[in-house]
Amino acid sequence: MDRIPILKMGPFLLVTIQVDMHDRLALSLQDDLAERIASTEARGVLIDISSLEIVDSFIGRVLANIAAVSRVLDAQTVVVGMQPAVAITLVELGLSLPGVRTALNVERGMELLRAALESETLGSDGDASTAF
Amino acid sequence: MASPDSSILPAVVRDHQREILQQWIAEQSSGSNARSDLLSDAELRQQSSEFLQLFREAVQAGNLGNVMGTEWQGVRELLATVSKANAIRGFTPIDTATFVLSLKRPLFQQLTTDAGSDADLLARETWTVTTVLDSLALFTTEVFQRSREEVISRQQQELMELSTPVVKLWDGILAVPLIGTLDSARTQVVMESLLQRIVDTEAGIAIIDIAGVPTVDTLVAQHLIKTVAAARLMGAECIISGIRPQIAQTIVHLGVELVGAVTKATLADAILYALRQSGWSVSRGRS
Amino acid sequence: MVSVRQAVRAWAVEMKFSLVDQTKLVTAASELARNTLIHGGGGSARLEALEDGGRQGIRLIFEDQGPGIEDVKLALTDGYTTGHGLGLGLSGSRRLVNEFEITTSPGEGTRVAVTKWK
Ligand SMILES: Nc1ncnc2c1ncn2[C@@H]1O[C@H](COP(=O)(O)OP(=O)(O)OP(=O)(O)O)[C@@H](O)[C@H]1O
Ligand SMILES: [Mg+2]
Repeated sequence: MDRIPILKMGPFLLVTIQVDMHDRLALSLQDDLAERIASTEARGVLIDISSLEIVDSFIGRVLANIAAVSRVLDAQTVVVGMQPAVAITLVELGLSLPGVRTALNVERGMELLRAALESETLGSDGDASTAF
Repeated sequence: MASPDSSILPAVVRDHQREILQQWIAEQSSGSNARSDLLSDAELRQQSSEFLQLFREAVQAGNLGNVMGTEWQGVRELLATVSKANAIRGFTPIDTATFVLSLKRPLFQQLTTDAGSDADLLARETWTVTTVLDSLALFTTEVFQRSREEVISRQQQELMELSTPVVKLWDGILAVPLIGTLDSARTQVVMESLLQRIVDTEAGIAIIDIAGVPTVDTLVAQHLIKTVAAARLMGAECIISGIRPQIAQTIVHLGVELVGAVTKATLADAILYALRQSGWSVSRGRS
Repeated sequence: MVSVRQAVRAWAVEMKFSLVDQTKLVTAASELARNTLIHGGGGSARLEALEDGGRQGIRLIFEDQGPGIEDVKLALTDGYTTGHGLGLGLSGSRRLVNEFEITTSPGEGTRVAVTKWK
């Protein structure tokens, strides 16, 4: 079975979805990401969906799950590059993914992750919870 | 080759194509039929001769009962092209139908000559020509109508896009000042073009100013809200400014909070907010 | 399911639907095909090109011989699910098309027909 590659970039993981995702592929991505976040101690996940032509309720749910799971593993998730037609359709479908952070493109997404990481390290001086 | 009811029409058109064409052109450029203001003589001649050629081939193929048959495809295609061109040039549907109908007289004349004293034959042939040309004329009207509708809807679309420009205010900041009555269709066009511009310009913030909108019905309010949600999914933030008191009531009444939408009283406030959001600081220069 | 999506996309492109309408139709097809597969235990999908007085449309028909739906009104409510979904498939895809028609009875399977006009 094919899998979607996950790239490591510093403290972040980068996933570019380029295929018409079938359900099993989406689920395996969700599992793989959880594994990789834990094993690499990644602090952020960036998912580029700019080539994705549709996001239906299933893929929407997978994205939301990834965001939720990574939050538990202390990593931020940013979904980037959603096309206008996809976004319009998703909203009409009734899915607005409130728990998922978004950015226009990979660059902006990276900025967002970096800023989040920075404010966290700055703001958490003396905070015991970050000192694993 | 020969049609089942042994029509003489194929032979008549074949043997007298040139005369028929000349009479037909004369017919079309005479009196009330003339549209030389819209169509040059050369074009008219070209169109007519092409049509007659295709007409001759179709008639020769024998299926005179049904102009929607495959034998008539060439004729129909030419007529469709002519009708479409006419619709765009501002002809009336009558002009276009007349192009076909005016072929009746030359054909009748030729038939009368060739039928000689056979009145039965003449009556039958006249009937055949009448039905064929009438059906073709009807066909042009149909195509004309459809092309007209296409032209109109394209113009409407263009007008809508023109009437609501999405402007780039600053690096990364877009604004759409909405002015005039918003109906559902226009709102949808505006919103779609706003979202597309967000992608094109990589703008992280979009201001939708509705100060110039007299009323907002629930459908329009819903479009606004959906746009804000869609922009957020794409990674851009929307600011809605210029919300009048009644419109605020409509939105609240709808029971939907403007999730993710920042609202500002005026466009100026919105711009200030957007600049600060994108890391600019704004201060009055010393004089 | 992926092949249903691709076929619907190809038709919608061929018939010159706008990108947004293409996306809406493909998404609706994806939802309904998944329901047929998961809740209906598998079934068939059919595409039809429609022409009505110059108006062009696409109709999609999904049919299965599965358990059927007891309470259609309930199934069409946002958020209602008997599985682990979000319960947005039926109600959401209804919003993505112009016409939505569902015929079902318990034990006899389900047929959903949707139409999108250009
Ligand atoms: N083809 C079908 N056969 C039997 N039951 C169905 C069928 N389609 C839908 N249902 C029933 O209707 C309910 C609602 O369907 P809907 O597609 O809205 O939600 P879902 O499939 O449960 O979740 P989601 O589609 O959001 O992932 C389903 O949970 C199921 O009980
Ligand atoms: Mg479903």
